[in-house]
Amino acid sequence: MFAMLPSLCRFHRQFSRALLPLVSRQVELKLLSSSTHVQRAKYGNATSERKKFYRDVTISQGEGGLYEINLDRKKLKTPGGKLFTVPNEALAIAVATEWDAQKDTLKFYTMHLTTLCNTALDNPTHRDKDQIISAALKFLDTDTVCYRVEEPPGLVELQKNEWDPVLDWIERRYNVVIGSSFSIMGPQIPEETKETFRQHLGSYNFWSLIGLEYVINQLKSVVLSFGLIDRHLTVEQAVLLARLEEEYQIQRWGNVEWAHDYDMYELRARTAAGALFAYLSSESATMKKKILQD
Amino acid sequence: MAAACSLRVYRSVLKELRHLQGSEYTQSMAYTHLREQFRNNQVTGERHCRAQREALHTSQVYLCLLESTRLHLDLHQQYHARGERGPDEVARLVGLRLPTQPGGKGWEK
Repeated sequence: MFAMLPSLCRFHRQFSRALLPLVSRQVELKLLSSSTHVQRAKYGNATSERKKFYRDVTISQGEGGLYEINLDRKKLKTPGGKLFTVPNEALAIAVATEWDAQKDTLKFYTMHLTTLCNTALDNPTHRDKDQIISAALKFLDTDTVCYRVEEPPGLVELQKNEWDPVLDWIERRYNVVIGSSFSIMGPQIPEETKETFRQHLGSYNFWSLIGLEYVINQLKSVVLSFGLIDRHLTVEQAVLLARLEEEYQIQRWGNVEWAHDYDMYELRARTAAGALFAYLSSESATMKKKILQD
Repeated sequence: MAAACSLRVYRSVLKELRHLQGSEYTQSMAYTHLREQFRNNQVTGERHCRAQREALHTSQVYLCLLESTRLHLDLHQQYHARGERGPDEVARLVGLRLPTQPGGKGWEK
């Protein structure tokens, strides 16, 4: 055990050195953008933090009724250099709260809603709605809740008791067949099921889809994501079900705070952000407010 | 039942806001917005039962976002934000302690 410690330390050292090329790459990027006169808002990367450069965060309604975020008197921009705008007040307030909550340094890895807005505004991968839907539905073929283990018996039973109710729920809710499998190839999911989901997802707007796809990416499960978005599951339940095997192993071998809890809270935060983003961006959220006002 | 539950979620969200924004959190936009939402949903009658349930779920999701982000950041700062650790600290993390010799090891000055 003691012999392992020095090698562990060495690993840490190597790892931090491996991050260095990333930093230099960022400098290059910055040079590149200044030479082509692209106005680029300075966001950090996933690990770096920036010093806080503003005091007051306010929102204002600009052209076309879109909401903007103001840091002191400057308008917030996206990493792509666009003006940062969101479609409704609730989302603007939630984003402003993220910026307001930063203390001495800006921790972008805690600002999930801002990140999602940036993705929707800049669309860095240049995808349209159909491409996002296809990417989201790909997860159905490898859906977490469809793959069952044959041993150990405790986990077999846990998967059956916890995952079957959600599968039953989604099959009834959307009138589709999904099923589960013990084979490594997974269940054969009928084309009609995919078509039903494809049509359903088509009714979402672009922003909501970005949020939903993010949730699916986090949970690695279309079934659990629909359970959450349709308000059948809470975030805590969905994340627990997505991490069922890990939770089983934790029960057996013990919990390690800096790995298990760390991952779980991150997954919860990301999933909650994606779901909230989808709710707040949906047209019905804006519609409902109008009905209540009239 | 639902009313008591939504009150609990509402208060927990305010607690998180207070943690983020300090004692002046009642002056923030988020506070005003949440209070308005909560009051609106409180007075809506049985007719809008579904809207009320949806609002409760959305606020639970928001609470989860604030809570998990805070807890994740705490763990991040405790374990991952300080760079390289010394051998004794690494040992302590896994519940071990480097051996010590009461009289020194003999080569210290």
